[in-house]
Amino acid sequence: MAETTDLDVAYVARLARLQVSDDERRTFQAQLGDVLRYAAKLAEVNVQDVEAAAHAVPMFNVFREDRPRDWFTADEALQNAPRSANDLFIVTKVVE
Amino acid sequence: MNYIAAIGLEVHVQLKTRSKMFCACPNAYGAPPNTHTCPTCLGLPGALPAMNEEALRMTVLTGLMLDCDIADVSKFDRKNYFYPDLAKNYQISQYDAPLCTNGRVPLHDVAYPQDAQTAIATSGKTVNLVRIHLEEDVAKSFHFETTTGIDFNRAGTPLMEIVSQPEIASPDEAFAYLTSLKQILICGGISDADMEKGQLRCDCNVSVRAATQAELGAKVEIKNMNSISGVRRALRFEIERQIALLESGATIQQETRGWNDDAGETFLMRSKESAHDYRYFPDPDLLPIATHALLADVRARVPELPAAKRMRFVEQYGVSGYDAGVLTHDLAVAAYFERAAEHSPKPKSVANWILNDLQSALSAAGISVGDCPIPPEALEELVGLIDAGRISGKQAKEVFAEMFETSRPAGVIVKERGLEQVSDVAAIEALCDNAIAANPKPAADYRAGNAASLNFLTGQVMKLSKGKANPQIVTEILTRKLKE
Repeated sequence: MAETTDLDVAYVARLARLQVSDDERRTFQAQLGDVLRYAAKLAEVNVQDVEAAAHAVPMFNVFREDRPRDWFTADEALQNAPRSANDLFIVTKVVE
Repeated sequence: MNYIAAIGLEVHVQLKTRSKMFCACPNAYGAPPNTHTCPTCLGLPGALPAMNEEALRMTVLTGLMLDCDIADVSKFDRKNYFYPDLAKNYQISQYDAPLCTNGRVPLHDVAYPQDAQTAIATSGKTVNLVRIHLEEDVAKSFHFETTTGIDFNRAGTPLMEIVSQPEIASPDEAFAYLTSLKQILICGGISDADMEKGQLRCDCNVSVRAATQAELGAKVEIKNMNSISGVRRALRFEIERQIALLESGATIQQETRGWNDDAGETFLMRSKESAHDYRYFPDPDLLPIATHALLADVRARVPELPAAKRMRFVEQYGVSGYDAGVLTHDLAVAAYFERAAEHSPKPKSVANWILNDLQSALSAAGISVGDCPIPPEALEELVGLIDAGRISGKQAKEVFAEMFETSRPAGVIVKERGLEQVSDVAAIEALCDNAIAANPKPAADYRAGNAASLNFLTGQVMKLSKGKANPQIVTEILTRKLKE
């Protein structure tokens, strides 16, 4: 059944920065394939008279006024940081 | 072989809102690190975004100023990628329903680099746009020896992206495009658009092909330019590099290159193989936007654009097209000119004083027109004094210099220095009589046909008047008297 989905688990894992073994890849391929097939049932519904929408509710323009407020201090912002220094989050060096 | 270049620019503009795009943290530069943060812009679990209406208005306003089509309905999407400057692992952006599409940026001659203004290939060109969309900016990274430090103050601030068609043909045109665009953005109060402060950032897509070839060559993207002249230099280098490659028989690879301004060259950042797959999908946390609710309000905010201002200056004040271009190039200069010229009977003279003496005095002093020590009304007064014949052009220069130094009004300086030109005919007649009587020989020479003697006599009268007599009137009276 799994081969009917065009899901490439190894590729998606790479995009998500996940390491999966070959065994895991086969397991996820089957399981995620089942999920996708379940969702694909929606394609059987006749939607000829339904307008395309990005959202389930026909609701628009939920805006916020441009009024600033303060929230965190630097200490509060950094509370969950595994590493910090000089009020900055510190991560492994990244250079694109 | 002849080669042609095709350049497309992606310009990112920081919007001048007071708060961020999807949360109410302040949108302000220069605060201590991570003090403008909250659960939303730090990407903490469960935090929900809420759209800043003013940022949407500013983007629609930009679209109207640039003659874009405004989408009836627009929405935000998630652009997924991993990078430490992006806490949520996705950036809220717009994929297939941007707020604005199409549109154009007109390139004015004065917007070209000064050394290229005499040789503009296509004067009056307009560059078409693909789209304008709104997204959130990412955090700022500081790269240290072995680690990277992240400040989230900028994360989530509104960032507008303006994408041009690959219709820009040269580095000079790219310069004119950015200068013209910047001018319009400032004019609309959208952004201060200073590239050196990162308020305007630009990625260039450039390809080169044989002039005989119809389809575009392989596209190379250049990043990291931090000034408009840097963009021009980077493009010059890159176009030459690509032509040299083609000449040597090599093919151009699609790749991303960085610009090193100190070395004056581009360098490889990444090749096509590592291109991103962003897996865009609509952000379920944000509802779509129906722009009709914004449009009426935004239409009323469309300002007089630089091109319209130029035309009006020519019609209303009688200045040349070129002078109008220079005057409107900087909004502050245009406003200064209008205040000085408003009630002046000689707006053209006012323009000349601004374009010559004032501009060079300002640049010599290193100050902007906003801090000009001479208020516009005072410049108008000075021009009025010259126009009324009360001081000569030469004296006006002296008065101007003192006005610039002391900020005192022209009238006061003229009186104090006793500069006022004497145009009182009776007084000058008496002085002329004295001069003729005291110099019978030059007077006789003139009557005998030696025209140069008149200059000598004029000089004598000027001396008697201590330089205050109006020289034109002196010459007239002397000529008349010597013929009697």
